[in-house]
Amino acid sequence: MRKIWLIIKREYLVRVRKKSFIVMTLVGPLLMVALMIVPVYLANESQEERMIAISEEVLGFSKQLEDTEYLHFTIIPEVEAEQLKTDFSESPYYALLHIVEDSFTLYSNQQISLTVSSAIENQLEQIIERKKLKALGIDLQLLEEVSTSINITTKIISEDGNSVQSQTKASMGIGFFSGILIYMFIFMYGTMVMRGVIEEKTSRIVEVIISSVKPFQLMMGKILGVALVGLTQFVLWILLTIIISTIAEFAFLDMSSMTADMSDQDQSLILAKISTLTGGINLMQIFASFIFYFLAGYLMYSSLFAAVGSAVDAEEDTQQFILPITLPLILSFILIQPIMENPDGTLAFWMSMIPFTSPVIMMVRLPFGVANWEIALSMCILIASFVFTTWLAAKIYRVGILMYGKKATYKELLKWISYKG
Amino acid sequence: MKDSIFIAKDIVKQYGNYTALNKVSITVPKGSIYGLLGPNGAGKTTLMRIINQIIAPDSGSLLFDGELLQNHHIADIGYLPEERGLYKKMKVGEQALYLAQLKGMSYAEALVKLKFWFTKLDILDWWNKKVEELSKGMAQKIQFVVSVIHEPKLLIFDEPFSGFDPINAAIIRQEILELSEKGTTIIFSTHRMESVEEICDHIALINKSETILEGPIEEIKKQFTNNSYEVITANKKLCENDYFSIISAKDTTFRILLKEGKTHKEALQSIINEVEIISFKKETPTMEEIFIKAVNNA
Repeated sequence: MRKIWLIIKREYLVRVRKKSFIVMTLVGPLLMVALMIVPVYLANESQEERMIAISEEVLGFSKQLEDTEYLHFTIIPEVEAEQLKTDFSESPYYALLHIVEDSFTLYSNQQISLTVSSAIENQLEQIIERKKLKALGIDLQLLEEVSTSINITTKIISEDGNSVQSQTKASMGIGFFSGILIYMFIFMYGTMVMRGVIEEKTSRIVEVIISSVKPFQLMMGKILGVALVGLTQFVLWILLTIIISTIAEFAFLDMSSMTADMSDQDQSLILAKISTLTGGINLMQIFASFIFYFLAGYLMYSSLFAAVGSAVDAEEDTQQFILPITLPLILSFILIQPIMENPDGTLAFWMSMIPFTSPVIMMVRLPFGVANWEIALSMCILIASFVFTTWLAAKIYRVGILMYGKKATYKELLKWISYKG
Repeated sequence: MKDSIFIAKDIVKQYGNYTALNKVSITVPKGSIYGLLGPNGAGKTTLMRIINQIIAPDSGSLLFDGELLQNHHIADIGYLPEERGLYKKMKVGEQALYLAQLKGMSYAEALVKLKFWFTKLDILDWWNKKVEELSKGMAQKIQFVVSVIHEPKLLIFDEPFSGFDPINAAIIRQEILELSEKGTTIIFSTHRMESVEEICDHIALINKSETILEGPIEEIKKQFTNNSYEVITANKKLCENDYFSIISAKDTTFRILLKEGKTHKEALQSIINEVEIISFKKETPTMEEIFIKAVNNA
């Protein structure tokens, strides 16, 4: 036990101290926060009040364009417009809309914001539509009365008879996100284990070590050490994302005068919205399941990755063995979308039972609500599977690490499994 | 067999249809330097791995210091495998500490012993260097230290001198002899017969998965000595007679073989009257000759 602990410690420390680990740990949350903040920032930025100059030979559209909250239209004479086209810098206008019959052009001395151009486009489209409807003799008021918009409330009747408002959109978001995360983690850390095994083999240290410890101890020590690296990264990502997003929010609030207007009331309104959005979803259960499926799925896959690493002399030779391992993983990644659309279907059920796909697929299904017995069964199958794959991998590993210069084949791997002691 | 540190009896190891060891037995006396010889692929590495409990034999018994070989004996055995290396990106000191602790030493103990050995071999200033910064010979020195650091009763060296320049090879040879003087038993596997002759006192020769020779080196040499002598004359030619036949002749140096039932005294007397003899010497075979002869006859 002391020896396996020593191995875990070394595998952990060597990786955590690596520059690439530190960079990844820092960059990950930054990217995440950027993904959340940048769209908000861009949306806010475009909401400045802007003056738009219009010039039209025969006034038609110009009069019908209405000022909005952020856009103010001013009709200017042709001469001024011509002058504006040559020199924009002194004018108070953001852009010049030049209308010649049915063609519209926006001039500006800067890149015109998409929101501005699409707002103008919308108005112009409406004007033209209205004109056409009138020409066809359709009553506008009648048309408005016909147009309808409804909002379906979906409710799930749980086993105890209570109905809970279901949150399809939030469920999809959480399911998608945690499924992808599990997929990424298993892939990243599984191949990390494989590389570690290959490194020990190519540097020829492996025989030195296994004269002190059993091959199984070395393999497990490496797998567990890397698992701890993964957990560390996961926890750090969550903590850092929270810290950075809090800081960014404050900095953001100070910088932008527009968002400063957003009162506490608005903020609490958003929070309330989020909590009602996720209301029907058991977040604690999802978090606990995430840790379970990450660890169990990783343990199952990484032992196979370790076996592959032991069977080859260099990373280039891993291709033929890697494919059958990564195939189910990639398959579960591809299935995320269809499973989200039908989280209770037969496909979803079986994919969340088969251990090779269950870590990803079950995480996708969980936010939609899954029966307890299904979760328990899926977990039991997964545990039994990783015990089995670890046993199998250990058999290949102990022979493989001592084999040099021989290109292993599947037939040979099968033979290795049958070797005694 | 109380004075044996290690006894292997009838060891069989098969890989599928391939038999790596077929009823191999060796007895390693305590305090000896035991040469484990044999052509490539004979099964030496498999045997050494079995002694180190890296792999288990299919059948046969293994005794270490009078006990059945068990897991805890790992701490009493040191192994320098032929395929050896270190983590390239790890610092020398940290790595040596790690490997020493894996052998069961405490951190504090390992630190003291390592500093002692590093000072002795004059490599202390490599402590904080990464292995990839060192030359191959330097890394070999560290490898050697790591294999002896836990002061095992039995040391197994597989080609210990490969990768060393002559000066460093001499240093390592000196260290091995010192360890032997202190009472450590050493199993030594090599293809270099001259170093076997230099330092081993016992040998076992394994060929095609079987032991074909085993025992003290002197006895084995005696066994391979036939009645051949080297005779150097002053200038005259030597002729065959009733007592001996000539195997080879070169200038005035002749190799003669005594005929059945004749002694070297009789042969000498038969020549001494006819030619002037400068030297008359019994031929003892070199290890290399024994090796080739034994392997070819087997």
